[in-house]
This record gives sequence, C-alpha cells and structure tokens, in this order.
Amino acid sequence: MFITLNGEPYELDEPMSIVDLLAKLAIDPRRVAVEHNLTILKRHLFGETVVHEGDCVEIVNFVGGG
Amino acid sequence: MVDTPFVIAGRTFASRLIVGTGKYSSHPVMAQAHAASGADMVTVAVRRVNISDRSRESLLDYIDTDRMFILPNTAGCYTADEAIRTARLGREAGLSNWVKLEVIGDERTLFPDNEALIEATRVLVREGFIVLPYTNDDPIACRKLEDAGAAAVMPLGAPIGSGLGIQNVNNMRIIREFARVPLIVDAGVGTASDAALAMELGADGVLMNTAIAGAQEPVAMADAMKHAVIAGRLAYLAGRIPKKMYATASSPVQGMVGR
Repeated sequence: MFITLNGEPYELDEPMSIVDLLAKLAIDPRRVAVEHNLTILKRHLFGETVVHEGDCVEIVNFVGGG
Repeated sequence: MVDTPFVIAGRTFASRLIVGTGKYSSHPVMAQAHAASGADMVTVAVRRVNISDRSRESLLDYIDTDRMFILPNTAGCYTADEAIRTARLGREAGLSNWVKLEVIGDERTLFPDNEALIEATRVLVREGFIVLPYTNDDPIACRKLEDAGAAAVMPLGAPIGSGLGIQNVNNMRIIREFARVPLIVDAGVGTASDAALAMELGADGVLMNTAIAGAQEPVAMADAMKHAVIAGRLAYLAGRIPKKMYATASSPVQGMVGR
C-alpha cells in the first residue's frame, strides 16, 4: 500500500501507527510534529493513530531560520 | 543605570537581542555565535523532515534549550492559512504557543502582506498563541496588529537579509510612540551601528539572523551585536543631546593665554 509522506509516495507493507512509522523512519517523536490527513496530531495520539492506504502524512521539524 | 526588564507576554528575557539559526556555515559555528550574542531567544523555521536522508544532525542538538527560548517562525508562508497551519505545526513540534508570524506578500522584497498578517494574527490569538508578527515599518499596520492581539510588534528595518539598516527612522520613531506592546526591530540590520540605532530609537529589542550568520566572522559579529544592543539601550535611557546646526565649545572661553 502507498501513502503520501511529506508530499511523496511512500510504500508501507501494512497499516501502522504513527509511533511505528516514526520508528521505521528512525525519527525521534519528541522532535517532530505530525499532520495526518490535514489534522495536526497531539503527541499522545501518535500511538493510537493508524495510517491507512492513501493517507497523507506530514512530518515536520525545526530547521535553521530567521 | 537600572533598566526595566525586557518582558513579552509576561515572560522576561535577559537579553534584548534575539537571534536566528539560519544560514550558518555549520551548527558548531552557530552555537558559538549564540553563546557570544548573549541572546536567550532564538528563531527557528518549521520544515518537512528529510525522509531520505536521516543522517543529518538535528538543529536542536546545537541549541542550549535550558537557556534559549525557541521561537518558531512561519517564514516562507504566502497566505494566512499557510501561516496558521505552520504555526500550529510549530506549536506541536516545540510545545510552546509562541510564534514569529510571517505572511510574505512578495518574493523579491519579502515584504509582509499586512492584510493577511492581521487576519492570521487574529485567528492565532483566538487559539491562544502568543503572536509576534513581522510587519512593515508602518505605524498603522503595527497599531492594527496590536488591536488584533499581537504580543509585540516587529517592524522591519529594511528588507530581510539586505543589511541596509533602518531605512525609515522617522516611522520607527512614530511606531515607538504609538506602541503599547514591545517593539522589536526585525530584519535589515547589517552591522552593529544599525542595531545600536534601533535601540537608540527606543526599540525594546532587535531580532537578526543574516547580519551575524553572514558576517565573515559570525562569532565576533555576535559579540559586536551584543554590545551594540546594550550600548544603544543605555544611550536611549540616558537621553541624547539635541542635534544643533552650529558648534558649542566644550572648553571654557575665559582664561585663554595671551588674551
């Protein structure tokens, strides 16, 4: 199955939670914000929110800026 | 001379200098510049995580978050909706409800779209954000932002990254007179004298990125900016002499030898 991850197609074997997706991507959940199908998720919802086929996920973090 | 503390929305800052985290040659140089600047608030941008390259080190590894307050920005946003979305994401990433709000109106000048900025300010304030908007050096726009609930007004001295210094000194004076919230000159500073001038005009603080990060020696420039902001603030509090067209002798005119 495919999802759209940060604007690009991304293949997953099966639906998985945001926590598992972040772990798969080796991303520290404490340092990012996640938007799932245009809804911004509170961090405590990462475990119970499941990503399904066709979903849109945005993962953002802080970078240098002025 | 005893100064009043620098307070924004009830939070006290030790330094009146706010610095950015962009454009540095490396993260260690940035960390050294931050330390030299004495600043205790830094701006950051909110961007997509690079999924394909996870090896890159995190910006936050180089910011002393015990000492530094992190202010996420909405740089690069061209509509109110985009800025609001970015502000909300920044809040979740940083777990703070502060935002440096930018809504850009033009790519070449990076001047703000004041109408969209005021609208976004209103929405975010309603959602509980502490909004610090980057705005034009326009006293009326600043007043409208204040009315919309902005916690400070941050007029530009000159276009972002231009290093031109404060272009409209008179407007800045008027904004100073009008503003009932902290006034922070944001953008356009090129060198230490520009920062000192901003403070001499009565700004409560100065925000800069490129002037430090783009200097040939960023750490030395950060140190210079620290002193410039302190010097400018002291000069403002001390009360400068009026400007006059002609000379007034500093030495006595009586007692000249041979007269």
